Amino acid sequence: MLERHQVDHVARLARLELSDVEADRMATELSKILDHIEAIRSLDLAGVQPTSHVVDLVNALRADAPHGSLTPEQALAAAPEPTAAGFGVPSPGQGAE
Amino acid sequence: MSSDLLQLSAAQAAAAIRAGEIDATELFAFYRARAAADQLNAFTWVAEAAATAAPAGAPLAGVPVAVKDLFCTEGVPSQSGSRILEGYRPPYTATVVRRLAAAGAPLLGKTNQDEFAMGSSNENSAYGPVLNPWDRTRVPGGSSGGSAAAVAAGLAPWALGTDTGGSIRQPAAFSGIVGLKPTYGACSRYGMIAFASSLDQAGPLTRDVTDAALLLRHMVGRDANDSTSLELPEEIRLPRRGELHGVRLGVPEELTGSAGGIDSGVRASFEAALAQAQALGASIETCTLPHAPHALSAYYIIAPAEASANLARFDGVRYGLRVAGDTDLDTMYSRTRAQGFGAEVKRRIMLGTYALSSGYYDAYYGTAQRVRTRISEDFRTAFSAVDFIVTPTAPTTAFELGAKSHDPLAMYLNDFCTVPMSLAGIPAISIPCGLSDGLPVGLQLAGPAFSENALLDVAYAIEQALGFDGRPALSAGGAA
Amino acid sequence: MAAETEYEPVIGLEIHVQLKTRTKMFCGCELSFGDPPNTHTCPRCLGLPGTLPVINAQAVHYGIMIGLALGSQIAARSQFHRKNYFYPDLPKGYQISQYDVPLCSGGRLGEVRIHRVHLEEDAAKLVHAGSSGRIHGAERSAVDFNRGGTPLAEIVTEPDLRSAEAAREWLTLLRTTLRAIGVSDVNMEEGSLRCDANVSLRPVGSSELGTKTELKNMNSFRFLAQGIRAEVERQTELLRSGRPVQQETLHFDPASGSLTPLRSKEEAHDYRYFPEPDLVPLEATAEMIDAARAQLPELPSARAERFAGALGLPAERARELAFRPELGDFFEVALAADAGAEPAALANWMQTLVERLGDGADPASSLVTPQAFASLVAMVSEKAISRDAGREVIELLVAEGGDPGTIVEREGLGAISADDDSLSAVVAAALAADPAAAEQVRSGNMKAMGPLVGYVMRETKGRADGGEINRLIREQLGL
Repeated sequence: MLERHQVDHVARLARLELSDVEADRMATELSKILDHIEAIRSLDLAGVQPTSHVVDLVNALRADAPHGSLTPEQALAAAPEPTAAGFGVPSPGQGAE
Repeated sequence: MSSDLLQLSAAQAAAAIRAGEIDATELFAFYRARAAADQLNAFTWVAEAAATAAPAGAPLAGVPVAVKDLFCTEGVPSQSGSRILEGYRPPYTATVVRRLAAAGAPLLGKTNQDEFAMGSSNENSAYGPVLNPWDRTRVPGGSSGGSAAAVAAGLAPWALGTDTGGSIRQPAAFSGIVGLKPTYGACSRYGMIAFASSLDQAGPLTRDVTDAALLLRHMVGRDANDSTSLELPEEIRLPRRGELHGVRLGVPEELTGSAGGIDSGVRASFEAALAQAQALGASIETCTLPHAPHALSAYYIIAPAEASANLARFDGVRYGLRVAGDTDLDTMYSRTRAQGFGAEVKRRIMLGTYALSSGYYDAYYGTAQRVRTRISEDFRTAFSAVDFIVTPTAPTTAFELGAKSHDPLAMYLNDFCTVPMSLAGIPAISIPCGLSDGLPVGLQLAGPAFSENALLDVAYAIEQALGFDGRPALSAGGAA
Repeated sequence: MAAETEYEPVIGLEIHVQLKTRTKMFCGCELSFGDPPNTHTCPRCLGLPGTLPVINAQAVHYGIMIGLALGSQIAARSQFHRKNYFYPDLPKGYQISQYDVPLCSGGRLGEVRIHRVHLEEDAAKLVHAGSSGRIHGAERSAVDFNRGGTPLAEIVTEPDLRSAEAAREWLTLLRTTLRAIGVSDVNMEEGSLRCDANVSLRPVGSSELGTKTELKNMNSFRFLAQGIRAEVERQTELLRSGRPVQQETLHFDPASGSLTPLRSKEEAHDYRYFPEPDLVPLEATAEMIDAARAQLPELPSARAERFAGALGLPAERARELAFRPELGDFFEVALAADAGAEPAALANWMQTLVERLGDGADPASSLVTPQAFASLVAMVSEKAISRDAGREVIELLVAEGGDPGTIVEREGLGAISADDDSLSAVVAAALAADPAAAEQVRSGNMKAMGPLVGYVMRETKGRADGGEINRLIREQLGL
């Protein structure tokens, strides 16, 4: 069961603004999904190694050789706020927390 | 002439071009016209002309390919079905798309999909749902729904899709075509806008098994740009097997029993297909995948967790949508993402963020990773007794638009039979095996890692014996 | 009244070092410093959709070299993780770093134990761009991704340091070591070496650790010491007045020398680490470790020990030479150039040479060859020239190079030897010129020697040997 305050915390971590209605609905929907998922927590998995990769590969390394870079114009082509100094953003730490 | 072109499979069209019977430019123009007249909302963008002429003697001879929106294509909208990437044109092209172009398959267009590949109905696209050419009141499946519908309706000779938990196989089944998810790592993921990195794989959606083999042959291989890609032990061959003597097909009771919710029409088609396989010489055996019923739970932890990180880059700074740029930074982030992402994507970001958050990691993510280990072990054990696993691809046929869009969990249960193979990283193919109430049913065959050639051979033999007729969708067309 | 409790600082350091590879950690963009904004970016380091990281082999090689230089255990298998948080300088919304299994664990440098060394990618640069004049007048910043993705090694020590000075000194040793093995420019001002400190206090004699604070932004050696000193004072005051130390992150302001707490509303500290699915595990093979070991030069601490032990240099002098590899190298070449050279004398004259060359100069790129330097020191040792003349010759060598013998001859700096009558004559003249001083010396006041010796030195332009002058004065006064 996911409480509303947990939903608010997770939404804040994920940088998702949720309206009251959305947050309540999210709590209900996620709780239902989690109820289903929870079943695996009762499995006996002692001593089982976690799988992060299904491929049996190691050391995919590349040589330290430079490739070309984009021009600043190319880099900034899709930017919402291109400036001479770079990608414009509101300064961190500004405004209401 | 035109209707003749439509009847040609992609492999046949390539052969006809090479033989000088038809012209590649003419074929492109034919499919371009059909794609442009698309009534199924299968395409989000259609090329004016082939970007480059197929090199002389190119194996794919200029037969154009439709590409799922999430493959980055230089200068061409690549939006992954999302509002947050509306109008985004990447400065580079995905490896798989580049390889196909080099082999002579130019880009025909970009196909509609569930937003960031999250969905099983294609109703989660910011660009509207895709209609099933067999019945336009129904979904084509998802998330590669645009690719599936385009191929089924003859709007494209063949198409690229991606499969994370069933996103190639399930729409192939719903649309009456062939869809193959290769072994994880077989195709480079470079340039695929990521959903869940440890699960995502590109694969072909085609009219028949031969086309699937032909397209896959020119997609696979190690790519220095993708650390998880690898070289297959042998080249993909065109299938040719006519019988199945000595082949052991395993029916896992956990996926085909009552828990899967398989409806009776699907079951009937599935059993008829098994009978055909048996007639070809295969033995049908019951096998067990004890942890398969938990695959869906593990999947709905691992995939959202990875997605929550993969989608963090959509923050309104470097590309894509920005909302509230004049407010403070955190408000800009939160509103951009709130308005840019659809409901299902938000749900999964929330689920994944929660599963990784402090205090819950071990209970959810850690547990899911261990279940994943168990599932791989289950398959290894099963493959010591049988050669391939067979199941219905999906428990039902294509459902009506809107039927499940308000019940996320019911939607997730669509993936019950396809998710275990994704978690294990093994290849699986869906081929049409009949109709139920006039709607296609898919048969899923899965083999051990790197068994693509054998898998294609068996699928081919069954396909030839079944003689499934996809023409109703082709002639119903999607083109105006 | 009971004595006030004495507190002991407990300090650990977290050091970020930019590795001197040609390209970034996960893409082929060239590293740069000071280039125009966003001229070293590509789809990967901008975090464009669909891109994937690929590990730079040279960064791994450098990481292993650092581990070996610090005596760490190199992990047979390590993995990269994603560290998730939102910030404009972080293009993917996560930093690729190492978490539960770092490349290197344990080790020691000098008196300080190493906790771990891991590899990660640097953030981009966020520059303040002033007020926008937009409707809300929101302050604007701009992101320059040139630095984003630069390979970093993060070195974490155990809390083994006990003072600000010790921390500064140890960081100097670390910098020297990293510079000697050639993995980084280790320049604090340019940001290729960055150091945070964890500081706590405990009563002297106690083995329990107190609540620690984390100090950031001390971007010079001086500021590091200043920041730690200020924090130790602040914590001491708190504890003495019975108030608890809060666990927090403090930002050092170089202008005021003060520490200000960063906003403590830190739910952002839930980094949601999980294994990076886009990268496969890293296995440090025997070949990779051997290759790294083969490239390790003698490390500064080992060299200092050798200079002090085998060559008998004073510890301080040994460190001065060993901790600046270019000085140590020059010294050793000079030593080898003269079979009879006296290491201690050579080391002393190195100091003079360094003074003349100016701070931080590399003697190898000066006009002075180690051979010329060695032969100069030999001439002084053999009393062929006086110490003062030696200094003069060094100055000329620095200015014009050449051979010391030729310079001595040309300038007439050769020592006037004792059996040269002219020196006796100058001494006699000195005694005649200052009879009062002569009388005092005769009556046993040896301090009065000074003016007499000074006279002789002046007259001979420093070419006479001090000892010889002394001897002749006594002789002529009949002592």
